[in-house]
Amino acid sequence: MTSKIVIGLDGTETGERAIAFAKDLAERIGTCELLIVYVIEWSPFTFQTPEENALRHKRREEEVELATSRVVAPAVDALKAAGFNAQGIVRHGDVAETLNTITVENEASQIVVGRSSADGFKKRIFGSSTQNLVMHADVPVTVVN
Amino acid sequence: MNMLKYWGLATAAALISSPAAAQEAPGLDEKINQAFANFTGPFVSFIFAPFPGTTFPWIVGWLVIAATVFSLYFAFVQFRFFGHAISLVKGDYSDPNDAGEVSHFQALATALSGTVGLGNIAGVAVAVGIGGPGATFWMILAGLLGMASKFTECTLGVKYRNEYEDGTVSGGPMYYMSKGFDELGLPGGKILAVLFSIFCILGALGGGNMFQANQAHQQIAGIVGDYPGWITGLVFAAVVFMVIVGGLKSIARVTEKVVPFMGVLYVATALVIIGMNADQIGWAFGQIFAGAFTGLGVAGGMVGALIQGFRRAAFSNEAGVGSAAIAHSAVRTKEPITEGFVSLLEPFIDTVVICTMTALVIIITQQLIIDPDTGKYMLTEPGGVIATVEGNTGVSLTSAAFGSAFGWFPYILAIAVILFAFSTMISWSYYGLKAWTYLFGEGHTKELVFKIIFCVFVVIGAAANLGPVIDFSDAAIFAMAVVNVFALYFLMKVVRQELASYAARLKSGEIRKFDH
Repeated sequence: MTSKIVIGLDGTETGERAIAFAKDLAERIGTCELLIVYVIEWSPFTFQTPEENALRHKRREEEVELATSRVVAPAVDALKAAGFNAQGIVRHGDVAETLNTITVENEASQIVVGRSSADGFKKRIFGSSTQNLVMHADVPVTVVN
Repeated sequence: MNMLKYWGLATAAALISSPAAAQEAPGLDEKINQAFANFTGPFVSFIFAPFPGTTFPWIVGWLVIAATVFSLYFAFVQFRFFGHAISLVKGDYSDPNDAGEVSHFQALATALSGTVGLGNIAGVAVAVGIGGPGATFWMILAGLLGMASKFTECTLGVKYRNEYEDGTVSGGPMYYMSKGFDELGLPGGKILAVLFSIFCILGALGGGNMFQANQAHQQIAGIVGDYPGWITGLVFAAVVFMVIVGGLKSIARVTEKVVPFMGVLYVATALVIIGMNADQIGWAFGQIFAGAFTGLGVAGGMVGALIQGFRRAAFSNEAGVGSAAIAHSAVRTKEPITEGFVSLLEPFIDTVVICTMTALVIIITQQLIIDPDTGKYMLTEPGGVIATVEGNTGVSLTSAAFGSAFGWFPYILAIAVILFAFSTMISWSYYGLKAWTYLFGEGHTKELVFKIIFCVFVVIGAAANLGPVIDFSDAAIFAMAVVNVFALYFLMKVVRQELASYAARLKSGEIRKFDH
């Protein structure tokens, strides 16, 4: 059976190191599929103006398109070119929760992420997405510095 | 069509009878005020005309009968599906693949930010100030019944919305009138849609704009001292202009985040004040019930209390008016009726919870003066408003009531009123715009024209006196309800089919919660 590794990207350079680490793992495992995941931070419980609501569907498509073309597709293409089995997923939601959900859905055996780049006030209060992921994930998580 | 005829007649009559100009040389504020009152008077008189031989405005009967009909027709859907509505808002039934789309919660929150506002703070004070505590009873009753009206219009709003190729949506009564009537093979849908749109634009300029600007000015003037209203109007108009024309989203975003916080703070403070006077709660409810059926000396007695209660509830939660159908139609759902369920929470939160809090605080802090000899409320003049401790009316009455418990609260309330006013204006600018584009078509210049008109009315609203503004606001919004409710009677069978189908699938387990 092919084992799967989820790689969470956030568009920063730590993602590159996460990919490098996952590639190394995949080579050691042998038959391994790499899932490149980009989660667009989103909550169903925010407040929006009527106009934002009316445009939401359009914006969502644009966000998915942007994340795919800028982050996920290049990474997947590079992995495929290097001979790896890879696919990309872009989804909206809470970063930690969604990464874990995708992992469970795809029966992946572990998650590799870069160290979170979030900082400041929000991080002090709620912790970073990476911290949340490490605390709550159903599979082992590797955080690459 | 009858309405337009009457309107025309009334306008002609007023033109003949009303004196053209004020007696003395008035200030700018007074000039605007006088011109405004003269211009809108006939329209207001028509909308609030009583049933012949009574003092009961026909429009209030129209709305309450509609809410009662919908409640019965859908077998009290507002109670049967109340729990389900909460599940929907929590996202229990949301498809995880729709993450990133407009959620039920967001549609509800957006619609609420358009309705929760001055109606809940100032409007209730006006109602209780004229109709006495008994108005509260009728207000709650109207709120509970209104949930069924809201359910009907919002289900239709989602069902018949337009979804354009670029992914944007437009919905609301004008779309269900034209598309729904066509689907049922009924004539006249288009005419109703045009009429509704005209009134919606007036409502947006009145209750959604001038009333807000007016009360915001009163708040600021109450704190910094009296100064001309047009100054507040200009500042507000500039900020609104920046948001709706300049696309400055940051202001809107801050407001949208602060407004819910203010709403929670308001209810929490009210609860604390009620708790501090816990020994008075029984007495307060006694006043509400006694006042509901006897009036306790208010002008018009029981009917006076009832009219005020119904009128305020309708103005505050807008059930049957059709505005919410515009706000709710952006939600992402495969089942239009789910948004109907969610929307029925709106009158509940707005009227049954928030408005009742305002009324209770005013009653319990004893702002309304009772004649110790008779136990009835004292009026400022025969047939006038109830005398209050410091002669306050409207928002200043609410402010005084809260201030009697917490000296600092009037400042918080002033900020809340300004923010509520602002967020309501932003919401209504959108409703008005949707009606405008329905009439004149979409396009940058056409939209810009409406937005500029909207900003001009902010200035007029801030400069005019409360009386004419509040009358016109109510009249315009109720005129929307005349057309909307008429259409809902024809379309309600569509909603009943949806309800039957959905309820059956919910029972069979075909519609079930998603694992999150």
